[in-house]
Amino acid sequence: MNINTTKIISLLFFIFSAFYLYTAYQIQVFAFDENAPFNARTFPIYLGYAGLFFSGLKLILPEPNTIKVDHKNLEYKKTGILIVIAIIYGATILKVGYFLTTSLFLFSSYYFLGERRWVLMFLLSFPFVAAFMYLLHGILDIYLRDPFLQSIGVMG
Amino acid sequence: MIEGILIGLTTALTLQNILMVMVGCFFGTIIGMLPGLGPMTAIALMIPITYGFDPATGLILMAGVYYGAVFGGSTSSILLNAPGVPGTVATSFDGYPMAQQGKAGKALAIAAWSSFAGGTLSAIYLLFMAPSLSKVSLSFRSPDYFALMILGLTAIAAFSSKGQFLKAMMMVILGLMLASVGQDSLSDITRFTFDNMNLTDGISFVLVVMATFAMSEALTIILKRNDPTSAAKQVSLTELGSIKINKEERSKMYKTIPRSSIIGFLIGVLPGAGATIASFLAYGMERNVVNDEEKEKFGKGSVNGLSAPETANNAACSGSFVPMLTLGIPGSGTTAVMLGALLGFGVQPGPRLYMTNPEIFWSIIMSMYIGMVILLILNLPLIPYIARILAVPKNYLIPLILFFSVTGIYVMSFNNFDIYLMIGIAVVATFLRLYDFPMPPLILAFVLGGLMEENLRRSLLLSNGSWEFLWDRTLTLCILLTTILIVVWHFYKSIIRK
Repeated sequence: MNINTTKIISLLFFIFSAFYLYTAYQIQVFAFDENAPFNARTFPIYLGYAGLFFSGLKLILPEPNTIKVDHKNLEYKKTGILIVIAIIYGATILKVGYFLTTSLFLFSSYYFLGERRWVLMFLLSFPFVAAFMYLLHGILDIYLRDPFLQSIGVMG
Repeated sequence: MIEGILIGLTTALTLQNILMVMVGCFFGTIIGMLPGLGPMTAIALMIPITYGFDPATGLILMAGVYYGAVFGGSTSSILLNAPGVPGTVATSFDGYPMAQQGKAGKALAIAAWSSFAGGTLSAIYLLFMAPSLSKVSLSFRSPDYFALMILGLTAIAAFSSKGQFLKAMMMVILGLMLASVGQDSLSDITRFTFDNMNLTDGISFVLVVMATFAMSEALTIILKRNDPTSAAKQVSLTELGSIKINKEERSKMYKTIPRSSIIGFLIGVLPGAGATIASFLAYGMERNVVNDEEKEKFGKGSVNGLSAPETANNAACSGSFVPMLTLGIPGSGTTAVMLGALLGFGVQPGPRLYMTNPEIFWSIIMSMYIGMVILLILNLPLIPYIARILAVPKNYLIPLILFFSVTGIYVMSFNNFDIYLMIGIAVVATFLRLYDFPMPPLILAFVLGGLMEENLRRSLLLSNGSWEFLWDRTLTLCILLTTILIVVWHFYKSIIRK
């Protein structure tokens, strides 16, 4: 099964390279550039063929080292939850603002990873983000968009 | 020349200037540790402040910030596997595994000493070879650069041990494919954007490196939490923070540093090549020259594997000043920002600077060097404390790594799409890592992709579509032959091992 997974990845890469090559051929170049020795589609076309070549070889040749992955011991649930939290964080950061979303992201991540020391969890989220934000925004003058803090008048 | 050096030293060693370099080193280290904020950003942030001082003091402050940021970048590579700049990617290959084995302090100390030695040796090379090397750097043409990129990519041989060559090559192609997304640099035609405006400017380096290194590392740690084979080793804080380098490790470094510094310096002299190619090439070369026993340790916490890229990285930084100061051509993004600052001070770099104003030339070189000395004095005592970041429990460390990764992207682009893209790439990278697909070749290819296409384009256009440019010039041919030699040697060694 594990050998198959590497082969499946190679097959997926082969399909991806074929799609990439097809898309490379669809790149619209200027009429005067169509027959030039090098245009915007030349390099991607080489890459597409190279991708087909190497993934094709990987598919055909025997696997010298079998990679054994014991899926039973892998924490898919917690990893999945963390990814979902990160996606929600990414979706809300612009609308809600850096401070609140980042603090909530950190707090909820600590929680889902099994942490229950509430005071420490709080200190390493809200005050920590506030201090980090002050470093970036206040000291280094790096703009951080924050509609929430603007709405309550903390940020100009 | 001696007179120029002495004037440079006198200027750099005043109390005010030493204080400036200390302040610069401190802030540079902090800024460099933050993902997405490398030396270039650090120097750019300092430019408005430096204009309040005289040119020498301003440059000295920038020198401190520069080396501080480079060291800060290495620190985040070693401790968190989160290289914020391309030049420190190779540092993480052995620095991070070493830190994971509870030797974070030692890894940081090796990095600090190697950087310092690389900088010192390259300063010596600079003393004797700056004027003549500027001519050499000008003799490089597009076919030579293209061949150099190919040579850089053969460094993947260093990461493709035990029959993993094809996996590494697939990662190289994937890296080049990712680099091809966005506007074509010459015609402005968009490629592989699928009408998504967010992809028009391409995918940023920080995004790819954060996704494939920091974020996927964090996800892998969570994923393998219950895996008995990857149970975390319990280490004491004393061991974690220890900066002692034993005799055997020192003797390894003595051999690695001189050869890596030469590679780093020579690559740094070439405009556009820079610290990234230098560090990858030094890593690859080091792996090829060490004995089989040491070779097995590469990627698992090898002293040579950490020392080589760190030395080359810093040597390349000094080397990149050759084209900037002697020709007025910035060799890298960082030197381009510094060139802007120099022009702001009314200093015009170029051949005349070295001839007519040697004192300014040497003041800059000396202030850069003093920046490195002060950095070592300041940061070595701090290493035991910095290394304790790894003692932070995983329940806190993992979310913090994810937070730094997302922040690094957010401050650069201010859009949700980049965050989603980063999470997507991180998930794919985590899955690929489970099946032993190496990430370093992907990053190297991604960094070199644009440059490679640009130089292939120029070469093919100049030769009217003929591939003869590959053997028309002796220099191109020599580089390509070296590349072939490395690949053949790699295969020969693997056959012998079987």
